[in-house]
Amino acid sequence: MNLNYFELFELKPAFDIDLAALENNYRKIQSESHPDRFVTATSAEKLASMQTATLANEAYQTLKKPTNRAKYLLELQGINALVDNNTNMPADFLMQQMEWREAVEGNATNLSGMHRLLRDIKHEAATLQETLADELDTKKAWQAAAETLRKLQFMDKLREEIARKLAILED
Amino acid sequence: MALLQISEPGQSTAPHQHKLAVGIDLGTTNSLVASVRSGLSSVLIDDDGHALLPSVVRYMPDGSIDVGYNAQTAQSLDPINTIVSAKRFMGRGLKDIDVSQQPYKFVDSNEMLQIETRAGIKSPVEISAEILKTLKARAEKSLGGELVGAVITVPAYFDDAQRQATKDAARLAGLNVLRLLNEPTAAAVAYGLDTGVEGTYVIYDLGGGTFDISILKLSKGVFEVLATNGDSALGGDDFDRRIFCWILEQSKCKPVNAQDTRLLLTKAREAKEWLTDHATAQITSVLSTGEVINMTLATKQFNEFTQTLVAKTLSPTKKALRDAELTIEDIKGVVMVGGATRMPQIRLAVADFFKRTPLTNLDPDKVVALGAAIQANTLVGNKSDADLLLLDVIPLSLGLETMGGLVEKIIPRNSTLPIARAQEFTTFKDGQTAMSIHVLQGERELVTNCRSLARFELRGIPPMVAGAARIRVTFTVDADGLLSVSARETTTNIEANIVVKPSYGLSEEQILSMLKSSFSEAENDKNARLLAEAKVDAESLLAAIQAALEQDGGLLSSKEKQQIKAKMDALRANIGGNPRPHLADAIREATEALNTATEEFAAKRMDASVNRALAGKELNTLDI
Repeated sequence: MNLNYFELFELKPAFDIDLAALENNYRKIQSESHPDRFVTATSAEKLASMQTATLANEAYQTLKKPTNRAKYLLELQGINALVDNNTNMPADFLMQQMEWREAVEGNATNLSGMHRLLRDIKHEAATLQETLADELDTKKAWQAAAETLRKLQFMDKLREEIARKLAILED
Repeated sequence: MALLQISEPGQSTAPHQHKLAVGIDLGTTNSLVASVRSGLSSVLIDDDGHALLPSVVRYMPDGSIDVGYNAQTAQSLDPINTIVSAKRFMGRGLKDIDVSQQPYKFVDSNEMLQIETRAGIKSPVEISAEILKTLKARAEKSLGGELVGAVITVPAYFDDAQRQATKDAARLAGLNVLRLLNEPTAAAVAYGLDTGVEGTYVIYDLGGGTFDISILKLSKGVFEVLATNGDSALGGDDFDRRIFCWILEQSKCKPVNAQDTRLLLTKAREAKEWLTDHATAQITSVLSTGEVINMTLATKQFNEFTQTLVAKTLSPTKKALRDAELTIEDIKGVVMVGGATRMPQIRLAVADFFKRTPLTNLDPDKVVALGAAIQANTLVGNKSDADLLLLDVIPLSLGLETMGGLVEKIIPRNSTLPIARAQEFTTFKDGQTAMSIHVLQGERELVTNCRSLARFELRGIPPMVAGAARIRVTFTVDADGLLSVSARETTTNIEANIVVKPSYGLSEEQILSMLKSSFSEAENDKNARLLAEAKVDAESLLAAIQAALEQDGGLLSSKEKQQIKAKMDALRANIGGNPRPHLADAIREATEALNTATEEFAAKRMDASVNRALAGKELNTLDI
């Protein structure tokens, strides 16, 4: 199947998608293609099952997570938003990044502080996602969206870092 | 006498035949086998009425092998030749375990550890195979026929080496493994189907030697694992050992010998079980030195010195919740699985953490086997409504060694299976034709802190200038959670040859030689068996393709149909061929050729069925 991920799940390519429909159609595809359905099948059928189920998983994970979905939408426009050399971010955002990082370091041993930071980050990420929806779906402003996406990706990384630190605190 | 099955002319009895399939819980302390009979999953019992088979294997002086209760009774008399908790050693090296607490004679090796017994050197895989053989025999006797296959459960937190070792053990026992199923997922199936619940549930599974936590979303027969975590070396055994240490400390005993160690560990286990319903436990024993042990253990003391063990289960629980991006408010229920969850302090700690009473209405010893049996029944196609769907995840990230001993992750933990990821590599020397790739599993950044799975040697890369070759290596993790690797040079499209050196597993040759020594059949018998097997496989492939052509032949052009039919005729000619040497090989080759010829057709059928499902049309239930 040479479909893009949106076509695979019969969705319109957009950032603001119907997540329930995505999940529903993902499950329908897995119901048909999962290797558990082909345990006693021919090896050609097992191969087809493996390929489709793997594609469905990859596509689902890509469309489910906002950061991956935005990145994929931009890729469909021929834009690779997250390449490493693309780091000329606006100065105010770089300043803000530093403040976030300092806050994470400053609260590294403080459980409630870390949880508060996590909430702030979630809030910031939600705002960025709203901006992305506007840039990708309404304005079709691809370059602006690429920049917002890089900000969102930074928030994701920050969240991972906090999760790592929390895991150490809790051990 | 075999009963004849009479069917309508032109109709086979095969599709309606109930295929015999079982679920096996290969546990650290106890193992079970279950099967679905008349629509109900039930545990199969032995001649004495026991459901549990103690996972204890004793190599007897007369060369025979005892498995189960007799072996368990003998463990303190013959500790060196009586192996308990072999599951803890599966896919593990000597450096991974605390040998000081074990009575066995370990054989030093860089790979999977081995144990020297009076029956020779045994690997944990062979020991586990003895347990599986016993359960297979029990099932075949009880169900009255040969098994089509088995679902074997493994701890969700088992890594690739431990899973592979389990699959190898099943192969040695002569079992066809339908699927390796994660224990908490199996429990969720038994629990979810039993109660018809929907929502997000936590399975807290503390067994004899392993701890798993899985968070699953249950909805309309779909069991989707959101995150899993655990500790593959933490279980009820460790609570016994804490009591054992307490006894030695309190009685101020000198270090005891292997026999007394086993004796006191048994007493410790009994005390632990007694404390589930009583405030104090009496521990009395006479050691081989004549020393008398007589002491009382109170619940309060027991709780105090096992507090750290209980706490050790909560840290993976928190991690799993965080990975699933959930909080305890999102959880609808917590299901307790595994014999060790009978301990009141565990139930209290879990209730306290989740702020709700955990669910204990299913027998924690049996629920895993019952769920595995339900899955086995579905996998062999006995259940016509294929509503049950399990979407499980990989528990630990897979990565590759990069410069400076660092690990680069290629497949993150909690990715839904099956999954495939490709990575491109290039050569760094002119004319380089080989390269080595080191695959690791774990969450840490340094190679030394992760588990080494295998080293892959890529050979046959076409010689080019440095950096010109593009080698695309694809890592695939299947629904059993097992990794496979393929590689291709993309500029020339030459398939690179992969030589795998598993770090802890058995090589193919080792397994074949173990299988060989277990079959002492004559060459003639062997050839006849191989031929019969090849014919059965060929016939069933022909039948499957015939049915597929009748149903979906319209997807093919007449030319494509002709090509497939030609391969079918060629295979039929081989099956009907005169007996000759290597006939089995010829049939196998023709079978393989037919399989390859139908790959495109299978892919088209898959696309068509996906499209039908998305369009909301009902599928012919017979073909699932």
